[in-house]
Amino acid sequence: MTEAAAETTPTPAAETVPTLETRAVSKSFGQVDALVDVDFEVRSGEVMALVGDNGAGKSTLIKCIAGTYSLDSGEIYFDGERVSINGPKDAARRGIEVVYQDLALCDNLDVVQNMYLGREIRDWFRRLKEAPMEARTADTLKGLRVTTISSIRQPVASLSGGQRQSVAIGRAVMWNSRVVILDEPTAALGVAQTEQVLALVRRLADQGLAVVLISHNLHDIFEVADRITVLRLGRNVAVYQRAQTTQQEVVQAITAGVPTKVSGIEGEATIK
Amino acid sequence: MTTVPAHVEEATPADDYSLVAIARRRWEALKAGDVGSLPIVIGLALIVAFFYSRNENFLTAGNFTNLMTQMAGVTTIAIGVVFVLLLGEIDLSIAYVAGVASVLVAQLQVPDGHWEVKGVLAIAIAVTITALIGGVQGSFVAYVGVPSFVVTLAGLLFWQGVILYRIGEAGVIIIEDSTINNVANYFFSDRAGLLIAAIGTALFALSTLAGVVGRRRHGIRTDNLVIVAAKLVFVGAVLFGAVIWANKERGFPLAFVLVIILLVFWTWVAERTTFGRHIYAVGGNDEAARRAGINVARIRLYVFMISGLMAGFGGVILAARLNSVDLNAGGGTLLLDAISAAVIGGTSLFGGRGRVISALLGALVISTVGNGIDLLGYSSAIKYMVTGAILLAAVTLDAVSRRRLERAGR
Repeated sequence: MTEAAAETTPTPAAETVPTLETRAVSKSFGQVDALVDVDFEVRSGEVMALVGDNGAGKSTLIKCIAGTYSLDSGEIYFDGERVSINGPKDAARRGIEVVYQDLALCDNLDVVQNMYLGREIRDWFRRLKEAPMEARTADTLKGLRVTTISSIRQPVASLSGGQRQSVAIGRAVMWNSRVVILDEPTAALGVAQTEQVLALVRRLADQGLAVVLISHNLHDIFEVADRITVLRLGRNVAVYQRAQTTQQEVVQAITAGVPTKVSGIEGEATIK
Repeated sequence: MTTVPAHVEEATPADDYSLVAIARRRWEALKAGDVGSLPIVIGLALIVAFFYSRNENFLTAGNFTNLMTQMAGVTTIAIGVVFVLLLGEIDLSIAYVAGVASVLVAQLQVPDGHWEVKGVLAIAIAVTITALIGGVQGSFVAYVGVPSFVVTLAGLLFWQGVILYRIGEAGVIIIEDSTINNVANYFFSDRAGLLIAAIGTALFALSTLAGVVGRRRHGIRTDNLVIVAAKLVFVGAVLFGAVIWANKERGFPLAFVLVIILLVFWTWVAERTTFGRHIYAVGGNDEAARRAGINVARIRLYVFMISGLMAGFGGVILAARLNSVDLNAGGGTLLLDAISAAVIGGTSLFGGRGRVISALLGALVISTVGNGIDLLGYSSAIKYMVTGAILLAAVTLDAVSRRRLERAGR
């Protein structure tokens, strides 16, 4: 990538450096261009919604950020510093956590066991240290004001959809994470549970995390997001301030938006 | 805990540790389908009551020590099966792998001059080789992705062939090595038995209390001390009761002490180590485990090695009990008994649910039924039918409780 592409676009959102930023990221699978020169950023303390129709490249972009896919070209910046993310562990080490749509919880394990899965606290003899894990799980959930789970020692199978989502989110933020990416967190939830989860999403941002919210539900997005990035056919279409746009405008962008960049020619994303 | 939404208020709060609250929570879990070991304990009590009412000899000390040595081999093999089932896999080769271990110890101890190995070393070599056999089979499952059913079915045939090949000409190998034979034929003196019971109770008390103290130090109260004390008394009573009962006859068998040591060790591995935790995770949701950074393939490989290792130990115990190995090594109903034991004991075939102790509970059921039916003089036809019915009941119960748990999850 040329240095020219590294030219930052000033946004009115904040003067600070974005916590996470991608510049001109491209990824193709065979003949299919899943992402073409996509710019994306999220700042500490904001909820950035990532929207687009099916096949717009949302999931691909997330998987590039999370290290599941490697980039064909483009750059990723973390705290303004260029980084290369090789694999999910690398992303986790930098504090990037993804909560996937299927949550990736083990139904047979309890809340504490799920929260610490793969990162168990253990002593020199590889023995699990249950007490500190249990105490910290309780603290984390309390910090997120998740109070509906009656016992953190019950199997996740016995939790409701919203509670499961809370556990998955709690697991993601427990590790001093900086960026939390939520993939369709409300897709399978009822009205009341959706409200709970959205309130939780808002709280994450208020606690200073950079939150990326992927959703098909514009109502949810307009409830919690600060800014909205629209992708279409693997390209940037627009970035909106939530307060200065309408659902119609976003729908218009999702279904018929014009890419802000033409492949091969460097341009700037339209900021409205 | 400021605002608790209305719909959870009716459930018993988790931070209430009065006896009533604990009992109510247990009852709620039970209604939700989390039956634990309850059906098996009730079933066992019914079986014992039935046979005792038909034949008073059933509960004699002689029959009791007999039962303990009878079931030691199957229980040991079933421990390995529990681990395989926790992954949601199956190992059909265990019986003949056990047979391979029998043949190995027998042939190693034959005093023919050239590669004669005695006692503990012979046992160690045999179980090391069976663990490696498990590892080879497991690597096909873990790294190549061949279904475990097929890999271990191939193993079943292959190792049966190996046993026939090795024993073919002789037909039977007599084991004269006293160390090996003692594995299943040594009985502790009365005093040694009581000492073992005392040590066992003390160790259990120490580890339980250490756990309670550790939790309190972190400010988590989870156990009602009355229940902790009741558990200690119960375990002590069972241990001393069993030893005193056995002491009326030949004494407490070494084989069963070995079984208890293996049970305790593997329970510790399954429930207190990260490795064990990861086995449950892979069995529950392997994709979640992979995303959590767990090396799923390596867990699978190790579990099949455990299966081979425990099958090997079981084979040694079975060979020692007969003081010989013949063409039937690993044959008969050994495979089905071991798998049924784990399943009847409450380990789910669907993976992720079960405990090591279920190997013992299930083997107890199968062995008491077998022993009782022999005692009543019925044919093995009846034995098979009854065991089959119990197995079906156990698997049905598992499927039903799984469905209930899923529904309770909504």
